[in-house]
Amino acid sequence: MAETIQTDVPPPDVDLDNEQFWAAANRRQLRIGQCTKCQKAFFYPRHFCPFCLSADVDWALASGKAQIYSYTVMRRVDKPYVLAYVQLDEGPAMMTNIVECDFESLRVGQIVEAVYVTSKNGSLVPMFRPIDGHA
Amino acid sequence: MFTSSAQRGGAYVVGAFEHPTRLATDKSIAQLHAEVARGALEDAGLGIGDVDAFFTADAPGLGPIAIVEHLGIKPKIVDSTDVGGSSYLLHVNHAALAIAAGKCSVALITLAGRPRAEGKTIVASKFAGPEVGFESPYRSQVVGMYAMAAARHMHEYGTTAEQLAWIKVAASVHAQHNASALLRNVVTVEEVVNSPMVADPLHRLDCCVITDGGGALVVVSPEIARSLARPKVRVRGAGEFVKHIRGGYPDMTSSGAVVSGAQAFAEAGVTPKDIKCACIYDSFTISVLIALEDLGFCEKGKGGQFVSEGNLISGIGRLPFNTDGGGLCNNHPSNRGGMTKVIEAVRQLRGEAHPRVQVPSCDIALAHGTGGWIASRHCSATLVLERE
Repeated sequence: MAETIQTDVPPPDVDLDNEQFWAAANRRQLRIGQCTKCQKAFFYPRHFCPFCLSADVDWALASGKAQIYSYTVMRRVDKPYVLAYVQLDEGPAMMTNIVECDFESLRVGQIVEAVYVTSKNGSLVPMFRPIDGHA
Repeated sequence: MFTSSAQRGGAYVVGAFEHPTRLATDKSIAQLHAEVARGALEDAGLGIGDVDAFFTADAPGLGPIAIVEHLGIKPKIVDSTDVGGSSYLLHVNHAALAIAAGKCSVALITLAGRPRAEGKTIVASKFAGPEVGFESPYRSQVVGMYAMAAARHMHEYGTTAEQLAWIKVAASVHAQHNASALLRNVVTVEEVVNSPMVADPLHRLDCCVITDGGGALVVVSPEIARSLARPKVRVRGAGEFVKHIRGGYPDMTSSGAVVSGAQAFAEAGVTPKDIKCACIYDSFTISVLIALEDLGFCEKGKGGQFVSEGNLISGIGRLPFNTDGGGLCNNHPSNRGGMTKVIEAVRQLRGEAHPRVQVPSCDIALAHGTGGWIASRHCSATLVLERE
């Protein structure tokens, strides 16, 4: 997956709830929650399942394939950007930005893939871009 | 078995006050709290010494403690639950419950803020929960969260920007009669959709105003209400519900109003058809559209058609809404719109709204708010209020 330099991306606030997620992102991996008890996938990943409260959960590797659930172009800034929720192929949706795209051609339901964008402190942040043919 | 406050004799809103200022350059937030408290108590015919319960959200200090001392109250019940702009509707619910339980008899609820004078925008980190660590690099903003709900509603139901604009148009038609309103000019659908895009598909005129000021309410027991000269507005039904995306499964076209509204209507024993006037927190036009559908004023997905038929305009439509001009035109003190919705509902029930927007024989009104972020996590709160 390609890397994009977009230096206006704030670095993640890494803490005890999310350090595994961001460590994986720096390895260009997208991690989601997967409950081994009730089998549900969830985002954001956490140390228990938000459906059954089981502690028997994995920080599972997601494919990075998704479709746009909804999006908006944030216009009132120097450099407009796309805020979105994308539904991952594994089921849950996550907040993200859509990058490397033509704003006017974006559509709800559009197929996108994960791309890792460098934030201000150099750490990588998973974002999504349209798959060729949809952009 | 839960016993509702209505079943136990009820609680009454006897004082309601909206601060007339929209820009409080020379007043502190604490001073504004005092001014709205005085205004609501004078409206009720009560004094600060009568207050035995206090409710506020986002006040200076640790929870309610500093403002309780500042005002000189001796409360036996306090609640500083902060769920954003709907907090004050939720406070009315909690005050009614505490009154019904015999824990207190005169509850004061205050809101004050000065974001306009301070030039402040809402700082997301102030409200940071465990989810924010997964979201902060994406530069989410409040307007973006409502814009995504609007975009999804358009996708699922074919709702249009022109239909959303009707909500602002209705608010502006009402605001022209409100001498205190920040924006008193009547706008057209074309002016709304041609105003600058803020976050697609929401334009500048789809967004509420930023103002300073505040408001306050006094909620009392039936015994106290009977002793006062003011019209009695009973809290007939109340509901609240926190909706979220639980593990990443959003449903952006509906809100917690599905639950809070159903509970409020069931407790009140009325249906949407009985509501003569609706005061709905209009942080953005889409907030109103989704609430109208979720509360049952129209079918899910038909909100666009409902509002574009002029139904929200007093004297024309079947559900006059935000007859003071709402947050879209009149006032949105401290970036929190729930308080002013209850105040305008009380004005309507008392027959004290502006004559040009007063709903004839307004005996039952609804106040509703959405606090937080409609696309992800928020708290809806609904009140059904009745004149006795």
